[in-house]
Amino acid sequence: MLDATTKEMKPRLSGGVINPAKTCQPIGAMYAALGIHKCLPHSHGSQGCCSYHRMHLTRHFRDPVMASTSSFTEGASVFGGGANLKTAIKNVFTIYNPDIMAVHTTCLSETIGDDIPTIIKQSEVPDGKLVIHASTPSYVGSHITGFSNMVKGAVTYLAEATMEEKKEQVNIIPGFVNPGDMREIKRMAKVMGVKNIVLPDTSGVLDSPMTGEFDMFPKGGTKIAEIVDTGNSKMSIALGSFASSDAAYALERKCKVKPAVLKTPIGIKATDEFLMTLSSNFGKEVAKELEEERGQLVDIMTDTHFHFHGKKVAVFGDPDIVIGLTEYLLSLGMIPVHVLTGTPGSKFETEIKEMLARAGIEGSNVKAAGDLYTFHQWIKNQPADLMIGNTYGKYIARAEDIPFVRVGFPILDRSVHSYMPIVGYKGAMRLLEMISNALLDRKDRDSADEDFELVM
Amino acid sequence: METRKKELEKFLDAYPAKTKKNRRSHIVVRDSSLEEQQIIEANTRTIPGVITNRGCAYAGCKGVVLGPIKDMAHIVHGPIGCSYYAWGTRRNKAKTKDGEVNLINYAFSSDMQESDVVFGGDKKLAAMVDEIVETFKPKAVTISATCPVGLIGDDIGAVAKAAEAKHGIPVMSFSCEGYKGVSQSAGHHIANNVLMQRVIGSGEIEEAEGKYAINILGEYNIGGDSWEIERVLKDIGYHVVSVMTGDGSYETLKNAHTAELNLVQCHRSINYIAEMLEEKYGTPWLKVNFIGVQSTIESLRNMATYFGDPALTQKTEEVIARELAAVESKLEQFKKICDGKTAFCFVGGSRGHHYQGLFKEIGIDTVLAGYEFAHRDDYEGREVIPDIKLDADSKNIEEIKVSKDEKRYKIRILKERLDQIKDKIPLSYYGGMIKDMPDGSIMVDDLNHYETEEFIKILKPDILASGIKDKYVIQKMGIPSKQLHSYDYSGPYAGFRGALKFAEDITMGFTSPTWNYITPPWKQKPILDGTVTEGGK
Repeated sequence: MLDATTKEMKPRLSGGVINPAKTCQPIGAMYAALGIHKCLPHSHGSQGCCSYHRMHLTRHFRDPVMASTSSFTEGASVFGGGANLKTAIKNVFTIYNPDIMAVHTTCLSETIGDDIPTIIKQSEVPDGKLVIHASTPSYVGSHITGFSNMVKGAVTYLAEATMEEKKEQVNIIPGFVNPGDMREIKRMAKVMGVKNIVLPDTSGVLDSPMTGEFDMFPKGGTKIAEIVDTGNSKMSIALGSFASSDAAYALERKCKVKPAVLKTPIGIKATDEFLMTLSSNFGKEVAKELEEERGQLVDIMTDTHFHFHGKKVAVFGDPDIVIGLTEYLLSLGMIPVHVLTGTPGSKFETEIKEMLARAGIEGSNVKAAGDLYTFHQWIKNQPADLMIGNTYGKYIARAEDIPFVRVGFPILDRSVHSYMPIVGYKGAMRLLEMISNALLDRKDRDSADEDFELVM
Repeated sequence: METRKKELEKFLDAYPAKTKKNRRSHIVVRDSSLEEQQIIEANTRTIPGVITNRGCAYAGCKGVVLGPIKDMAHIVHGPIGCSYYAWGTRRNKAKTKDGEVNLINYAFSSDMQESDVVFGGDKKLAAMVDEIVETFKPKAVTISATCPVGLIGDDIGAVAKAAEAKHGIPVMSFSCEGYKGVSQSAGHHIANNVLMQRVIGSGEIEEAEGKYAINILGEYNIGGDSWEIERVLKDIGYHVVSVMTGDGSYETLKNAHTAELNLVQCHRSINYIAEMLEEKYGTPWLKVNFIGVQSTIESLRNMATYFGDPALTQKTEEVIARELAAVESKLEQFKKICDGKTAFCFVGGSRGHHYQGLFKEIGIDTVLAGYEFAHRDDYEGREVIPDIKLDADSKNIEEIKVSKDEKRYKIRILKERLDQIKDKIPLSYYGGMIKDMPDGSIMVDDLNHYETEEFIKILKPDILASGIKDKYVIQKMGIPSKQLHSYDYSGPYAGFRGALKFAEDITMGFTSPTWNYITPPWKQKPILDGTVTEGGK
């Protein structure tokens, strides 16, 4: 397993990537667009991109992922994709009848420089139907950038400030998280008694119930009217600066909606901040129900601290998720020794390093725009007790024989995860259960018969 | 049959006029009473906006053909996504002995950035090839181009040539940009061309190391299929020179010219190489199908007929009898549950046909079948190849011509005997899917999402064999769906034991109690207690 990975680390001067910890923008844009009610994401480029993105999202969510493509062939690549997009728009509205199409570009259509807004203007869009777009070149950023760009595109196209005074409601931009997380974020806001618009919201779309009937556009997703109304909200809370802040700032520019950029509410501190932000801005006490959950979380953190305290953790994944996780691991007394994201952005390294410094931890490896080859080499040089990351980590975990907790995107080899939150106090409890169990399972596996214990 | 055609017309009406005309030519209701063979349109562009299952040339080249070769480093030149998606997602199992290079779990991408797209990415690629070769010591290197590479004009051929001179190992470039052709098929062709030019025949061995030497072409070892096929073949006494490309290696592929016979499992992805091997080395090819018990038996007997050695024939029959005895009665058990059911079989470029026989063996009729990326000959048989008109998209894929290798070409089998057995076994011939399909069944090329839904409404199949993108669509309708690209992470499904595994998995699809819970009990009967009395008293 990964036998060719060396312990000796040579600087990668080429800038090439070995075993990526990121993927390209369009898949993020496709995921974000699925969180809009009755929206068909449309991939403007060759059909392979659309196919790969649908395949990958389907494997993670185990639910239908609908999207159309401009199906470029060589002709379109030479003469431009305008004709393809116009045909696609006509076909999509005639055959599938969505309320809105969300077009994103690929590296192909970006390289030839198709002018999407102009092509959309020249297209036959039926009355009452909408086409929005986001520019998502695959050679910039990562899938997180693409997600961010599509959410920003949605508010840029649709949000309107139609009222003199702002409404007592909050826009929550949840970031690239699972439908289970979006449900939990909505629940927390509801329990707090704050009227909210969550954008995008893939709950009800990518975790839709089995009814014996297929509905191409399930009940879930942020409604177009709600996206328009985000311009009237008193404030936007962007959860995760990488995936969500751009949309919040776009709303500020366009509709003067006050932005607040917080961490993805993973673990106790980030959840506290999220609830306090809601509380202070909307004049609501933190709900007793949530305070009780917090108390439960602290109770189990304390009850079980000796299982994980001081353990060395190697964590990788998407930047907002890893930032949240790192903060939580520190609050558990764990030591993040390797922290890596594939998405570029120096603020990732700055933020993680500051957190580590505050906790008095030295000598950890921290990297943005890294890859799993580097991550594996780090582990070879400085072993860890636990690994946390997406499914691709399983090869390293096996090669180095490290307990492994699957968190993030994508998780292709386990099910149910997309229904279960990692955010909020409830999510923190679940993460704690996963982390403890992984370490205890390992202890059981490794112990001699005479040391194998019933009570731990 | 007339009703079928009317139903078809009716749902095609939902398409805009041009789209309707196009799609109608890709759908055929099988009617064997017609004097002329029925024609189906295939290998043409997918209409923009239509939700298709198709992929791209890159997916066919790197994803399908090159990816499984384990001792080569497959570098993808382009932005990160393409390399990422073709990394570990096709279940091409591969194993190596100690000390051999196994790079099957690595993804190498030049990760092009904006500046590379503006100023060119060839320098970055060249530096990356150097790093990969020095660190991983592969037997050879492939470089696959993604969409932007062709547009900005990076000369990957020149990079490959320079790297080859520098490192002394083969470095091959594949211009398989995603926009080439109309589907994955273009990529298979591009990959085959280079493998033929650069790899096959580059070995020094003149004679195969064993008797009855064969290559298995178009077998990708999904879920271990190839290992199950090889188990039986080796038992009979065959020497497998190479498998293209499941669990394949540069080390074995380079001596593929030494085989006495080439087996072709997936006609679409590899018929090019089969033909070229025949042209260059005189090795005939035999269309085989190791999916299903009867197809496996037939393929084994055809192979024995080809070699015409009584001892081999006897051993073949012994192995068939032994293997059959082990699975026959168990298959019958599964058949009891599956009998009388119907299926859709829409997959890739050979499974859409191959699995129909296996379905039939467990009592399931295939009422609709098709391929994602086939050409007309995969449907109608190779006899239509001269009639296929090349369109602009196909013309852009290079056709290479090979000629007789004067040193290595040899007549494997005397013409007289060849003529004798050609009538009995499909040598250099594939009859296509349509001939095996019963009247009234439907053949669809590039079946799309809308049509899947509509055909389900009309034909009400009991199970769909398809891919991941429509699996959950189908299951939401309460119909079991079997992924025939990945086998839902089960398998192998090839050969005798594979057929049994398939039957077991399909039966499980039907008998899972989970289906019974779709309708909640309170929707099945009234919950409120009460009695209805006559006259409302």
